[in-house]
Amino acid sequence: MKPETTTSTLDHNERELRQLHLNTEVISVINDAGISLRDVTKRYGKKAVVDAINLVIEPGEFMTFLGPSGSGKTTTLNMIAGFVTATEGLLHIYGKPVAKLPAHKRDIGMVFQNYALFPHKTVAENIAYPLERRKIGKAEQKTMIAGALDMVRMGEFGDRYPADLSGGQQQRVALARALVYKPRVLLMDEPLGALDKKLREWLQKEIKRIHREVGSTFVYVTHDQEEALSLSDRIAVFNNGRIEQVGSPAELYQKPETLFVGRFLGESTVLSGSMVGTVDGISTLDISGHAIRVPGQKKSSSLAILIRPENITLYEEGTEPGSSDMNTLPVTVLDANYLGSAWRCEVELPDGSVGTVREAHSAAVREPGTRALMRWNIDAGVLLEDTGDEGVSLT
Amino acid sequence: MVHATSTHNRGKRSGDGGDPARLAREPKNWRPFLLLIPAFVIVSFFFLAPLVDVFIRSISDPVLGIQNYVWLFTTPTNMVVALRTFGTSFLVTIVCLLIAYPYAYLMTIVSDRTRNMLQLFIMLPLWTSILVRTLAWLVLLQDTGPINGLLQSLFGIGPLPLIRSTFGVALGMSQVLLPFMVLPIYSALAKIDKRLLPAAANLGARPVTAFFTVYLPLSRPGIFAGSVTVFILGLGFYIIPALLGSSKEIMMSALMYQQISGFLMWGQGTALGIFMLTATIVVLVLVGRLAKGTSLFAGRVK
Repeated sequence: MKPETTTSTLDHNERELRQLHLNTEVISVINDAGISLRDVTKRYGKKAVVDAINLVIEPGEFMTFLGPSGSGKTTTLNMIAGFVTATEGLLHIYGKPVAKLPAHKRDIGMVFQNYALFPHKTVAENIAYPLERRKIGKAEQKTMIAGALDMVRMGEFGDRYPADLSGGQQQRVALARALVYKPRVLLMDEPLGALDKKLREWLQKEIKRIHREVGSTFVYVTHDQEEALSLSDRIAVFNNGRIEQVGSPAELYQKPETLFVGRFLGESTVLSGSMVGTVDGISTLDISGHAIRVPGQKKSSSLAILIRPENITLYEEGTEPGSSDMNTLPVTVLDANYLGSAWRCEVELPDGSVGTVREAHSAAVREPGTRALMRWNIDAGVLLEDTGDEGVSLT
Repeated sequence: MVHATSTHNRGKRSGDGGDPARLAREPKNWRPFLLLIPAFVIVSFFFLAPLVDVFIRSISDPVLGIQNYVWLFTTPTNMVVALRTFGTSFLVTIVCLLIAYPYAYLMTIVSDRTRNMLQLFIMLPLWTSILVRTLAWLVLLQDTGPINGLLQSLFGIGPLPLIRSTFGVALGMSQVLLPFMVLPIYSALAKIDKRLLPAAANLGARPVTAFFTVYLPLSRPGIFAGSVTVFILGLGFYIIPALLGSSKEIMMSALMYQQISGFLMWGQGTALGIFMLTATIVVLVLVGRLAKGTSLFAGRVK
């Protein structure tokens, strides 16, 4: 094994953890976690691709790394898998220090984006591969392979070669191969990226079902926010080599902590402005000359309010506000699309930027060019620091 | 023959794969076959016809009968020369394989620029005359040449029989034939998905195991294509064995030359030719058997 070139050593048992002056609480968190990353950093030259990440993934949890390309999510996954060595930090899997362990000794399952099935082996031989490496007897191998194929509903395909299978079938074989030896951790690197939408949605359900069945810790990397929202117990949103926020899909969607997270997940309307004052925990912001109220308080020169489109209703100009806990902002309708279950309207905000609205009070306000009023409940707004991040959610 | 093998593979694949797109692309009318006429004419007049002529001479010169073949099989020298020819060619194939595989692997992992350089180094010798290169070896390897001189002054060994020996022949031939081994192996290695080795590691394979269970089997088509090419080309080498080899240990091409040009024994010379052709085909069939099942699916990477 190569000696670490950095001052920080990565391989520690519990005694060594104590010597690092970690308190007992931290040590017990590391020991109880499915996967624990502490200050994990990966540098290429001077550039930190992954910058001091701290993350605890619970045993049996479905954790998704979500972020734009180049945000460090795949590098983090590759560090867990052992394909990339961390420059600094502590990496533990089920309490075991693994940072110095080569990939073939980590006993982790992995599903690759391009499937990475062995083209010269049949489906059954592919699935047998990890079992052969573990010196499992032929008879037992047979039962395990059959079980794994049944789990992914590919029972009849054992004798086929990967090239004879469709993309979705290959991905299911890859899943069976990664799970047949019952690893406690399964990593998935954009496994559905190359598939069409219908197949992707169906495989998402399959992956969820399999996660419930095997109960392993799943770590799933994707740049597709819908996929992340529908699959995960928790999501870690990556940006620029750091984790912006970790939380359940609902938390991230409803209570984003940064503008980046709010914009990356789902659609949003963002109003930029400056603080006027705070009364009883309700702040008033100056949005292009309009006083807009929002719960919370923040000390920053440039602030933003994020509202989800389904919480905003469009009214015709001149409509009186129904209650006092509503905000009103005049807008111009730019476009309206019928989505089946609702209309999606794009509106021009007072500062010229574009916002999205899901509900319209009457059909008249859907006409492009109409001046209208956009109204939402004060509590539906989220006060955030305006970091100037442009929306990247178009993936 | 190499091409024949690959066409055979493709036919087999479309057979069991049942790819409808490929079937639909097959020509439906006879007109495209017109394009084959020039090739057909050239092959029949300049290759098939002489071959038939050679065969006829071997059973009719000086008189009709199989006396030339009787001579061939009853003269011990002939068999010794044949064995030596096959043996040398086999040795050259192994040497080329051992050098070419790591070289081709290197070509798959370096940058585009470096790869072009490596390719140039391999192709460069092909653009110089074989004779010039062989004479260069002659100068380098002779008893009073720089290599023997160096060995003598540094280690006090010497002079080693670097030329007029199998060593000299194998060295010269390997150098000339190396590109024919590197290029097919490189094209096979370049097709291998780079994620397969991490995948194997992830599934619990040590690097050495991953190489032998994944990488090597997938590179087998390149190994076979290169080996067959080098082996067959090696069988027919004339100049290198003539210049770098010993006149007492001649190879088949020299023997044929001797029979025809020296003794004017056309019947015996052509019989040797037919014998070599048949023996080569037999070797190829055997190798093909060996390659079957391993090379078949190499192109199936999606």
